[in-house]
Amino acid sequence: MDEQKEPILELAGVSKRFGDIVVIDDLNLAVMPGETLVIMGSSGCGKSTTLRMMIGDLEPSEGQARMFGVDLAAASDAELNSVRKRFGILFQSGALFNSMTVADNIALPMREHTSLDENVIRIMVKMKLELVGLRDFENLMPSQLSGGMKKRVGLARAVALDPEILFYDEPTAGLDPIATAVTDQLVIDLSKKLGVTSIVVTHDMTSAFRIADRMAMLYRGKLIALGPPDEIRNSDDERVRQFIEGLADGPIPLRQSRTDYAEDLLSGPMESGRA
Amino acid sequence: MSPRVREHIEKTGGAVNDTISYAGGLGYLGYDSIRWTLRGLVGRPKLSGESLATQMVRVGVKAVPIIALVHLFIGMILPLEMAPILKQYGMESSIAIVQVKAVFPQLAPIFSAIVLAGFAGAAIAAELGTMVVSEEIAALKTMALDPVRYLVVPRVLACVVMLVCLTIVADLSAWLGGLFVYGSILGNSSMEYYQQSVTALLPRDVISGLIKALVFAVLVGLIACHEGLKVSGGAEGVGRATTRSVVLAIVAIIASNMVLTVVFYYVYQWLDRI
Repeated sequence: MDEQKEPILELAGVSKRFGDIVVIDDLNLAVMPGETLVIMGSSGCGKSTTLRMMIGDLEPSEGQARMFGVDLAAASDAELNSVRKRFGILFQSGALFNSMTVADNIALPMREHTSLDENVIRIMVKMKLELVGLRDFENLMPSQLSGGMKKRVGLARAVALDPEILFYDEPTAGLDPIATAVTDQLVIDLSKKLGVTSIVVTHDMTSAFRIADRMAMLYRGKLIALGPPDEIRNSDDERVRQFIEGLADGPIPLRQSRTDYAEDLLSGPMESGRA
Repeated sequence: MSPRVREHIEKTGGAVNDTISYAGGLGYLGYDSIRWTLRGLVGRPKLSGESLATQMVRVGVKAVPIIALVHLFIGMILPLEMAPILKQYGMESSIAIVQVKAVFPQLAPIFSAIVLAGFAGAAIAAELGTMVVSEEIAALKTMALDPVRYLVVPRVLACVVMLVCLTIVADLSAWLGGLFVYGSILGNSSMEYYQQSVTALLPRDVISGLIKALVFAVLVGLIACHEGLKVSGGAEGVGRATTRSVVLAIVAIIASNMVLTVVFYYVYQWLDRI
């Protein structure tokens, strides 16, 4: 990584609390232009919260989230919107607009944010669909597509405005192995062809190692590992080992409860038990 | 303080707090909608005529037969209830007067709004709620499209335009229902009904009814959108939002009607004095 380059996206000392629960604890992470960063961790480790703070959907309790040098929490609506036009996001379910055809879904950002002619938009839609291998599906409704196809249309929509950063929220969750491989290849192709910076949140290890330039692992809201795939693969950290090898036994417990079991069973509404 | 008393106080306080914050949320949504509407009218960004038309068809056009039918029946029952008592005083010919005074400023806008709440309000809440659950709203935001501008404004505006039109349909249907019963079942002269109602009906009766329709439509639309957009908790949450939007809309319609009627009462007094 070139040291002179400014990070395109940066989390600086970010923490997030919901009430008393600390979800993210002092997270520092810088993403360089053009790289593919995979954020991994088991469910409930704060991956989604991190993603939502990165895109300015959630405000950090402490610290700063900056994209293109703009502090997202301090930005005005207009500034935030101009940032939003420069990144795309693929949601877990695809998040297609169910009342619109595939073509209208992809055309929507172009119609709203550019003054392109309708004919040009139609051609652009075809190009975006060709990119994800779904050309001539323009006139179908989202309900007529399979889960994997919805994600690919979602991806085509995410790249509609030629974003500089692409976020992927669990791009391979719920896909069969072949669809997973195809999706991974898409992620790689897009970052190579379009030169976009990619941030992928996933717990699918096979796919993570396939696409990542760098990997970050979160555990209980803390960053416990950050580095290129080889470094992660050879990590000595037992928690990282357990996660990438998918072992049931290890330092990461199955139980996520925060209170003592015996205490929890014995406490409680004894008084109202009679009522 | 005993824990039980304390619990009641806390519950009451919580309910008051919830109500105020709900009204605040609704008010903010209203403010935001007005802001986007005004910006839409000057064309930055332009109000989409196409989506407004789609919503108007969805909200209003399909409700026309139901509204007409409901008000035809309301118009038919009123003279039947009035006839026996008015006959005793030899005032059967005044039925038309009571009819228009009840229908135009009160019954037509109220019942039309209630039908709209059940017909369109529930559908809007369910639609927006489903969009929240399937991350569509989040997707809109990340595309730099404001859900209020893109979804709420066309829906609320469609409610306003259509409810005002539907109220006119309702006015006419109820009047015709009365005409029919007066002329047939009660065996009086239809011409008399027509003449009596034309003399009794003042412009203010019609106008106040339409102003009420406008206010009710804003309430129905805003409540439905508000309920839809704050859905959480999957399909069950959508169901809850749908029910709540209808119940709250009906309460809001009746309550605001009371306030508006009082206001109009004083306005008329003032108008009559000058």
